[in-house]
Amino acid sequence: MPTAIRVEGLSKTFDTAAVLHDLSLDVRAGELIGLLGPSGSGKTTLLRIIAGLDFPDRGRILFGGDDATGLPVQKRAVGFVFQHYALFKHMTVADNIAYGLNARARSERPPQAEIRRRVGNLLDLIRLSGFADRYPSQLSGGQRQRIALARALAVEPRVLLLDEPFGALDAQVRKDLRRWLREIHDRTGQTTIFVTHDQDEALELSDRVAVLDKGRLEQVGTPDEVQDTPVSATVLRFLGDSIEVEAIAEGGRVLVAGHPTPVAAPSGLIGPVTLHVRPWQLQFVEPAQAHLSGTVRSSYRSQGRQRIEVDRGAEKPLVVEDTDGERYEAGRPVGLRINGGYVFA
Amino acid sequence: MSETLVPASFAAADRAAAPPASVVTEGGSVRWLLTGVAILFLALFLVLPLVTVFAQAFAKGFDAYLAAFREPDAWSAIRLTLTVAAIAVPFNLVFGVAASWAIAKFEFVGKSLLITLIDLPFSVSPVVSGLIYVLLFGSQGLFGVFLAEHGIQILFALPGIVLATIFVTFPFVARELIPLMQEQGTAEEEAALTLGASGFHTFLTVTLPNIRWGLLYSVLLCNARAMGEFGAVSVVSGHIRGLTNTIPLHVEILYNEYNFVAAFAVATVLAGLALVTLVIKSVLEWRYADELASGRAH
Amino acid sequence: MVETLRPRRRFRQPSVIPGFGLTFGYALTCLGLVVLLPLAALVARASGLGLSGILEVASDPRVASALKVSFGVSLVAALVASVFGFLVAWVLTRYRFPGRRLVDAVVDLPFALPTAVAGIALASLYAPNGLVGEQLEKIGIKAAYTPVGIFIAMVFIGLPFAVRTVQPLIAEIDKEIEEASATLGATRWRTLTRVVLPPLIPAVLTGFALAFARGVGEYGSIIFIAGNLPYVSEIAPLLIVIKLSEFDYGGAAAIATIMLAISFLTLLLINLIQAWSRRRFGYV
Repeated sequence: MPTAIRVEGLSKTFDTAAVLHDLSLDVRAGELIGLLGPSGSGKTTLLRIIAGLDFPDRGRILFGGDDATGLPVQKRAVGFVFQHYALFKHMTVADNIAYGLNARARSERPPQAEIRRRVGNLLDLIRLSGFADRYPSQLSGGQRQRIALARALAVEPRVLLLDEPFGALDAQVRKDLRRWLREIHDRTGQTTIFVTHDQDEALELSDRVAVLDKGRLEQVGTPDEVQDTPVSATVLRFLGDSIEVEAIAEGGRVLVAGHPTPVAAPSGLIGPVTLHVRPWQLQFVEPAQAHLSGTVRSSYRSQGRQRIEVDRGAEKPLVVEDTDGERYEAGRPVGLRINGGYVFA
Repeated sequence: MSETLVPASFAAADRAAAPPASVVTEGGSVRWLLTGVAILFLALFLVLPLVTVFAQAFAKGFDAYLAAFREPDAWSAIRLTLTVAAIAVPFNLVFGVAASWAIAKFEFVGKSLLITLIDLPFSVSPVVSGLIYVLLFGSQGLFGVFLAEHGIQILFALPGIVLATIFVTFPFVARELIPLMQEQGTAEEEAALTLGASGFHTFLTVTLPNIRWGLLYSVLLCNARAMGEFGAVSVVSGHIRGLTNTIPLHVEILYNEYNFVAAFAVATVLAGLALVTLVIKSVLEWRYADELASGRAH
Repeated sequence: MVETLRPRRRFRQPSVIPGFGLTFGYALTCLGLVVLLPLAALVARASGLGLSGILEVASDPRVASALKVSFGVSLVAALVASVFGFLVAWVLTRYRFPGRRLVDAVVDLPFALPTAVAGIALASLYAPNGLVGEQLEKIGIKAAYTPVGIFIAMVFIGLPFAVRTVQPLIAEIDKEIEEASATLGATRWRTLTRVVLPPLIPAVLTGFALAFARGVGEYGSIIFIAGNLPYVSEIAPLLIVIKLSEFDYGGAAAIATIMLAISFLTLLLINLIQAWSRRRFGYV
């Protein structure tokens, strides 16, 4: 797939705080890519720089090979969807969607009949056909966000940029809109970049995920890649619960408390390391075969699965996700085996 | 997405231009032009008249300025103005606190009508504000005959001036306190009551500290208007020199007698009051913005 | 027996907060004595004249001309104050420049400066031998003792109303709205005229109406600069004062009634604008 947008060595400083450090990223034509990171990671700033709403101190933005770094926002042909919709309250839904087409110079503006037809098509696409003459104040949050998307799509942008598009919505509406956005993307093949701090949202929706932290790009890859082979502890921690265990790397393997684990050590790594383990990579076993031991502190159900907190003396309690269905009462001594995990150089 | 959807203008764009600091503002030169026009307009229409007051007052030197205050009439005008303000401001203060307590802390039928009626004096011309008291207490007024028979003097005397002043400054305190107290709700008062405080004690120790800056703010504006009121007072005062002339009326008389230096000299007292009011008002707005009612148009 | 629970209409919702009777009663008494009773005296006097009596006073050429001057000049002055008021409000909220707070404080000067003081200052500035009047004279404009002088005084007192009604709304404009417009390809001019300005129109109209109503009733800052020539630069409030000094209470009441009627219509208009705006856009 050709590269639609290339970000090269982008740096940006606000006042004195650096928000982007020498960041580079290629976005392929037609893909849906999620920029994932905690707040303050610079993901929204990156999106705004691509849109032309903010300006980098260093680096370039290329649209299909053309340098667009100095191009004013009006000429970038991007469709930007804001977290709080930013609909024009004094305009009807139809006027909102038609706004970008009407804003074109007379020579490039489609005739009014054509504009009306396109607005009608977009309203069908977002399933709000009967709403053309309503005002934004008469719509729900989810409906407003769909109008905002239609308004951005109306100008036939070369890239669609969404800034925390579902951040202001209820959990249920958010899930529905997520699925619906994926459908729209599959139907239109529109190159799309969206920003989120919600891992589930990024992993469920994206073709590829770009994980940002402190203004640096940590990893880019498919949802499977970033989950199965995180390249850093930061990515691993950000993508879900994990525990950290002191371990030794020796002869290509990782040992915990003298017992070997199935985890392979990166080549050349020898000596004390930190082993990162997901809750489902721990298993209850007889104390004799265990890598770790402790006593059960409490157990609870989370999203249908049993989770057991295990006390290990002075350290933070471990969380184990158990699948064997056995009941674990508080105070019971248990042993744990490590079936997998990650070690970073 | 295919390349064909890119507008033709895109490739040929003027990318040489340096990017602006923000996309949501006007260009630098437009910004400076608009700022310049706005400041020039304010300087010409608002600041210049204020400067004129002081320039004219000192036009013939400091001695001529001071001479205006050696006149006993000037002092009696100052005394009268202080007396009027000393009655009208506390009256409106008590009224304003009582009215906003009733309106902000309770729900009752006809509340918005009551607020409209309290605001009424703001939309009445000052001259009409004086006129209505003449129609009540004047020789041909509703109570004129009764007052004359009993030898009670209201018009062309202190009571009339005080009444007219109270009328024109009536809404000041209430209008500031009502939105402020509505914003603050009743939770703190309810908490105090559950802890066993009496109603009055609750007001003194809970409500009053919450509204103190708003109260000061409104009293300040009320006082400035009370001391400077001209139209309404002019109608009810009778312009008796040394007796029923307030400072603004004294200024008018001096000006009409072509005694410009004296007129502007006395006017500097009021202009100074206005400046002090503006300074304190601005300080309150900067420092205690959260403790004042929001969205003021007055 | 089951008693049906029916919401009883009551004057006041129950509350644990004490003091309603005392404060409500006191406030109502003050309002009645200070505001309503005197205004009732005016209404009584006016209804004594009847509509025909009021119209007869209004049709007197001198009265008609004074009303025309007051309303006509105030309309123009409110218009000018609204335009420049908007500009000032925009500059004060959107731009950062040294001394901005001082300039912001200056806007309230007409609220704080007693009208008589403003009046004599304006009169001396715009008199034929005054600082500004002399310059205006050179380009053929006579300001003092003409409707131009009245206009200047009315702009002076109306300006803060125009600024302070739109200023908070400009401050509240969501920057994202303007960014959205820009990403959709709109020029800055188009963004301002199609996206930023339309929602501000109700506030601008409200400020205009307030400045207009204030201008019509204004007395102190006008009479010194106006020169008060009958049929030329005599304003309606001054005519009330003249009628009173002639002990023509009826005539004074008639003019006052006309002025009050128009200001109430203006206030009604403001309320209608705001109600419409709230219904249509969900904000004032």
